[in-house]
Amino acid sequence: MASTIRVRAIASGDTTQVQSLINHPMDSGFVKDSKGQIIPPHHIEVVEFEHAGKVVFTCLWGPAVSKDPYVKFSFKGGKKGDDLKVSWVDNKGQSDSTVAKIQ
Amino acid sequence: MKNEFIDAPDHTRRIILKGAAGLAAFGFTAATLSSAYAAADAKAWPENAFKQKSEADALKALYGKAAEASDKINLDAPEIAENGAVVPIAVATTMPGVTGIAIMVLENPFTLAAAYKIPEGTEASVACRLKMAKTSKVVAIVEAGGKLYSATKEVKVTVGGCGG
Repeated sequence: MASTIRVRAIASGDTTQVQSLINHPMDSGFVKDSKGQIIPPHHIEVVEFEHAGKVVFTCLWGPAVSKDPYVKFSFKGGKKGDDLKVSWVDNKGQSDSTVAKIQ
Repeated sequence: MKNEFIDAPDHTRRIILKGAAGLAAFGFTAATLSSAYAAADAKAWPENAFKQKSEADALKALYGKAAEASDKINLDAPEIAENGAVVPIAVATTMPGVTGIAIMVLENPFTLAAAYKIPEGTEASVACRLKMAKTSKVVAIVEAGGKLYSATKEVKVTVGGCGG
Protein backbone atom coordinates (compact mmCIF):
# COMPACT_ATOMS: atom_id res chain seq x y z
CA MET A 1 0.00 0.00 0.00
CA ALA A 2 1.19 3.43 -0.83
CA SER A 3 2.17 5.52 2.15
CA THR A 4 -0.43 7.85 3.60
CA ILE A 5 2.25 10.48 4.08
CA ARG A 6 3.57 12.85 1.46
CA VAL A 7 6.43 14.98 2.65
CA ARG A 8 8.74 17.43 0.93
CA ALA A 9 11.73 18.82 2.79
CA ILE A 10 13.88 21.39 1.06
CA ALA A 11 17.16 22.61 2.55
CA SER A 12 18.12 26.17 1.79
CA GLY A 13 21.22 27.42 3.54
CA ASP A 14 20.85 26.74 7.23
CA THR A 15 17.15 25.96 7.38
CA THR A 16 15.06 23.13 6.04
CA GLN A 17 11.46 23.81 5.13
CA VAL A 18 9.14 20.86 5.54
CA GLN A 19 5.70 20.52 3.99
CA SER A 20 3.65 17.45 4.66
CA LEU A 21 0.28 16.08 3.58
CA ILE A 22 -1.27 13.02 5.22
CA ASN A 23 -4.21 11.07 3.85
CA HIS A 24 -6.67 10.71 6.71
CA PRO A 25 -10.46 11.17 7.05
CA MET A 26 -10.13 13.27 10.27
CA ASP A 27 -13.75 12.56 11.25
CA SER A 28 -14.75 14.99 13.97
CA GLY A 29 -17.53 12.92 15.57
CA PHE A 30 -20.12 15.63 14.84
CA VAL A 31 -20.96 14.75 11.25
CA LYS A 32 -23.80 12.37 10.32
CA ASP A 33 -23.68 9.99 7.40
CA SER A 34 -26.41 9.58 4.75
CA LYS A 35 -28.45 7.36 7.12
CA GLY A 36 -28.40 9.99 9.89
CA GLN A 37 -25.96 8.04 12.05
CA ILE A 38 -23.11 9.91 13.63
CA ILE A 39 -19.73 9.02 12.18
CA PRO A 40 -17.54 8.30 15.22
CA PRO A 41 -14.45 10.46 15.74
CA HIS A 42 -11.43 9.24 13.82
CA HIS A 43 -8.56 11.67 13.75
CA ILE A 44 -4.79 11.84 14.01
CA GLU A 45 -3.58 12.67 17.50
CA VAL A 46 0.19 12.91 17.24
CA VAL A 47 2.56 13.51 14.32
CA GLU A 48 6.31 13.49 14.87
CA PHE A 49 9.08 14.69 12.59
CA GLU A 50 12.50 13.28 13.38
CA HIS A 51 15.87 14.32 12.01
CA ALA A 52 19.20 12.77 13.02
CA GLY A 53 17.64 11.00 16.02
CA LYS A 54 16.08 14.20 17.35
CA VAL A 55 12.41 15.14 17.23
CA VAL A 56 12.31 18.48 15.43
CA PHE A 57 8.55 19.02 15.42
CA THR A 58 5.51 17.49 17.14
CA CYS A 59 1.89 18.09 16.13
CA LEU A 60 -0.88 17.41 18.64
CA TRP A 61 -4.10 17.42 16.67
CA GLY A 62 -7.73 17.47 17.69
CA PRO A 63 -10.71 16.64 15.49
CA ALA A 64 -10.84 20.25 14.25
CA VAL A 65 -7.90 19.74 11.92
CA SER A 66 -9.05 19.46 8.30
CA LYS A 67 -9.37 16.21 6.38
CA ASP A 68 -6.12 15.12 4.73
CA PRO A 69 -4.15 17.44 7.01
CA TYR A 70 -1.41 19.73 5.78
CA VAL A 71 1.34 21.21 7.91
CA LYS A 72 4.36 23.38 7.18
CA PHE A 73 7.31 24.26 9.42
CA SER A 74 11.07 24.90 9.25
CA PHE A 75 13.99 23.73 11.32
CA LYS A 76 17.72 24.38 11.44
CA GLY A 77 20.46 21.83 10.94
CA GLY A 78 19.12 19.72 8.09
CA LYS A 79 21.35 19.07 5.08
CA LYS A 80 20.61 17.88 1.57
CA GLY A 81 20.46 14.08 1.50
CA ASP A 82 19.64 13.71 5.22
CA ASP A 83 16.80 11.46 6.30
CA LEU A 84 13.63 12.97 7.77
CA LYS A 85 11.33 10.49 9.48
CA VAL A 86 7.62 11.25 9.76
CA SER A 87 5.23 9.17 11.84
CA TRP A 88 1.62 9.55 13.00
CA VAL A 89 -0.81 7.74 15.28
CA ASP A 90 -4.59 8.25 15.43
CA ASN A 91 -7.29 7.75 18.07
CA LYS A 92 -8.03 4.21 16.81
CA GLY A 93 -4.42 3.18 17.24
CA GLN A 94 -3.70 3.14 13.53
CA SER A 95 -0.35 4.55 12.50
CA ASP A 96 2.02 5.04 9.61
CA SER A 97 5.52 6.32 9.07
CA THR A 98 7.82 7.19 6.21
CA VAL A 99 11.35 8.38 5.66
CA ALA A 100 12.04 11.17 3.19
CA LYS A 101 15.32 12.55 1.89
CA ILE A 102 15.89 16.26 2.38
CA GLN A 103 16.23 17.87 -1.03
CA MET B 1 -53.24 -23.40 2.34
CA LYS B 2 -52.20 -20.47 0.24
CA ASN B 3 -51.73 -18.29 3.29
CA GLU B 4 -49.22 -20.63 4.81
CA PHE B 5 -47.09 -20.48 1.71
CA ILE B 6 -47.09 -16.73 1.82
CA ASP B 7 -46.43 -16.67 5.55
CA ALA B 8 -43.42 -18.93 5.37
CA PRO B 9 -41.14 -16.66 3.31
CA ASP B 10 -42.31 -13.68 5.37
CA HIS B 11 -41.21 -15.39 8.55
CA THR B 12 -37.80 -16.19 7.09
CA ARG B 13 -37.42 -12.59 6.09
CA ARG B 14 -38.12 -11.48 9.64
CA ILE B 15 -35.39 -13.75 10.98
CA ILE B 16 -32.90 -12.39 8.48
CA LEU B 17 -33.80 -8.83 9.44
CA LYS B 18 -33.41 -9.59 13.13
CA GLY B 19 -29.99 -11.08 12.47
CA ALA B 20 -28.89 -8.03 10.53
CA ALA B 21 -30.02 -5.66 13.28
CA GLY B 22 -28.14 -7.72 15.85
CA LEU B 23 -24.98 -7.62 13.78
CA ALA B 24 -25.24 -3.88 13.34
CA ALA B 25 -25.61 -3.37 17.09
CA PHE B 26 -22.57 -5.55 17.72
CA GLY B 27 -20.52 -3.60 15.19
CA PHE B 28 -21.36 -0.35 16.90
CA THR B 29 -20.27 -1.63 20.32
CA ALA B 30 -16.99 -2.91 18.92
CA ALA B 31 -16.22 0.47 17.37
CA THR B 32 -16.94 2.33 20.61
CA LEU B 33 -14.74 0.01 22.61
CA SER B 34 -11.78 0.23 20.25
CA SER B 35 -11.75 4.04 20.24
CA ALA B 36 -11.81 4.17 24.04
CA TYR B 37 -8.83 1.84 24.14
CA ALA B 38 -6.84 3.78 21.54
CA ALA B 39 -7.23 7.11 23.33
CA ALA B 40 -5.19 5.74 26.22
CA ASP B 41 -2.69 4.26 23.81
CA ALA B 42 -1.66 7.44 21.99
CA LYS B 43 1.45 8.69 23.72
CA ALA B 44 1.72 12.34 24.69
CA TRP B 45 -1.70 13.36 23.37
CA PRO B 46 -3.30 15.71 25.95
CA GLU B 47 -6.81 14.29 25.71
CA ASN B 48 -8.12 16.47 28.52
CA ALA B 49 -7.02 19.71 26.82
CA PHE B 50 -8.78 18.77 23.60
CA LYS B 51 -12.05 18.16 25.46
CA GLN B 52 -12.37 21.67 26.92
CA LYS B 53 -15.04 24.05 25.69
CA SER B 54 -13.55 27.42 26.62
CA GLU B 55 -10.28 29.18 25.96
CA ALA B 56 -9.37 29.50 29.64
CA ASP B 57 -10.09 25.83 30.42
CA ALA B 58 -8.16 24.58 27.40
CA LEU B 59 -5.17 26.76 28.32
CA LYS B 60 -5.26 25.51 31.87
CA ALA B 61 -5.40 21.88 30.74
CA LEU B 62 -2.66 22.29 28.15
CA TYR B 63 -0.17 24.65 29.82
CA GLY B 64 -1.57 25.22 33.30
CA LYS B 65 -1.60 29.03 33.06
CA ALA B 66 -3.26 31.99 31.35
CA ALA B 67 -2.04 33.97 28.36
CA GLU B 68 -1.47 37.70 27.86
CA ALA B 69 -2.09 39.47 24.55
CA SER B 70 0.97 40.24 22.44
CA ASP B 71 1.54 42.14 19.20
CA LYS B 72 4.61 40.10 18.34
CA ILE B 73 2.55 37.17 17.11
CA ASN B 74 1.67 37.12 13.45
CA LEU B 75 -1.61 35.23 13.05
CA ASP B 76 -2.35 34.81 9.38
CA ALA B 77 -5.94 33.76 8.71
CA PRO B 78 -8.46 34.78 6.04
CA GLU B 79 -11.00 37.54 6.82
CA ILE B 80 -13.70 35.46 5.18
CA ALA B 81 -13.42 31.69 4.77
CA GLU B 82 -15.73 30.41 2.06
CA ASN B 83 -15.37 26.81 3.18
CA GLY B 84 -15.27 26.17 6.92
CA ALA B 85 -13.92 22.65 6.36
CA VAL B 86 -10.58 23.95 5.15
CA VAL B 87 -9.40 27.24 6.67
CA PRO B 88 -5.71 27.93 6.16
CA ILE B 89 -4.12 29.33 9.32
CA ALA B 90 -0.51 30.30 9.88
CA VAL B 91 1.14 31.42 13.10
CA ALA B 92 4.60 32.93 13.35
CA THR B 93 6.43 34.99 15.93
CA THR B 94 9.74 36.78 16.32
CA MET B 95 9.92 36.07 20.06
CA PRO B 96 12.96 34.18 21.31
CA GLY B 97 12.77 30.90 23.20
CA VAL B 98 9.50 29.64 21.76
CA THR B 99 8.64 26.12 22.91
CA GLY B 100 5.06 25.71 21.70
CA ILE B 101 2.32 27.08 19.50
CA ALA B 102 -1.38 26.30 19.89
CA ILE B 103 -4.38 27.33 17.81
CA MET B 104 -7.90 27.66 19.20
CA VAL B 105 -11.21 28.25 17.46
CA LEU B 106 -13.49 29.67 20.13
CA GLU B 107 -16.86 28.76 18.58
CA ASN B 108 -15.96 25.15 17.72
CA PRO B 109 -17.48 22.36 19.88
CA PHE B 110 -14.03 21.82 21.38
CA THR B 111 -11.94 24.99 21.61
CA LEU B 112 -8.45 23.63 21.09
CA ALA B 113 -7.80 22.73 17.46
CA ALA B 114 -4.09 21.99 17.32
CA ALA B 115 -0.96 22.31 19.43
CA TYR B 116 2.62 22.14 18.22
CA LYS B 117 5.80 21.49 20.18
CA ILE B 118 8.73 23.58 18.99
CA PRO B 119 12.09 22.25 20.20
CA GLU B 120 15.23 24.38 20.05
CA GLY B 121 16.44 24.80 16.48
CA THR B 122 12.97 24.76 14.98
CA GLU B 123 11.50 28.05 13.82
CA ALA B 124 8.48 29.51 15.59
CA SER B 125 6.35 29.37 12.49
CA VAL B 126 3.70 26.88 11.49
CA ALA B 127 0.99 26.67 8.85
CA CYS B 128 -1.91 24.23 8.77
CA ARG B 129 -5.57 23.89 7.80
CA LEU B 130 -8.42 23.76 10.29
CA LYS B 131 -12.16 23.12 10.34
CA MET B 132 -14.44 25.87 11.65
CA ALA B 133 -18.07 25.28 12.59
CA LYS B 134 -19.07 28.92 12.12
CA THR B 135 -17.80 32.49 12.25
CA SER B 136 -15.46 32.65 15.20
CA LYS B 137 -12.47 34.23 16.81
CA VAL B 138 -9.28 32.31 16.17
CA VAL B 139 -6.69 32.55 18.93
CA ALA B 140 -3.01 31.77 18.47
CA ILE B 141 -1.14 30.91 21.65
CA VAL B 142 2.64 31.08 21.81
CA GLU B 143 4.59 29.62 24.70
CA ALA B 144 7.93 31.40 25.04
CA GLY B 145 10.32 31.49 27.96
CA GLY B 146 7.76 29.80 30.22
CA LYS B 147 5.08 32.43 29.52
CA LEU B 148 2.03 32.42 27.31
CA TYR B 149 1.14 35.05 24.74
CA SER B 150 -1.91 35.25 22.53
CA ALA B 151 -3.16 36.94 19.38
CA THR B 152 -6.76 36.94 18.17
CA LYS B 153 -8.39 37.35 14.79
CA GLU B 154 -11.98 36.95 13.70
CA VAL B 155 -12.65 34.71 10.70
CA LYS B 156 -16.05 34.83 9.01
CA VAL B 157 -17.26 31.47 7.78
CA THR B 158 -19.96 31.23 5.13
CA VAL B 159 -20.25 27.41 5.07
CA GLY B 160 -19.53 25.51 8.30
CA GLY B 161 -17.15 22.58 8.42
CA CYS B 162 -18.37 20.64 11.42
CA GLY B 163 -21.91 19.60 10.50
CA GLY B 164 -23.71 17.76 7.74
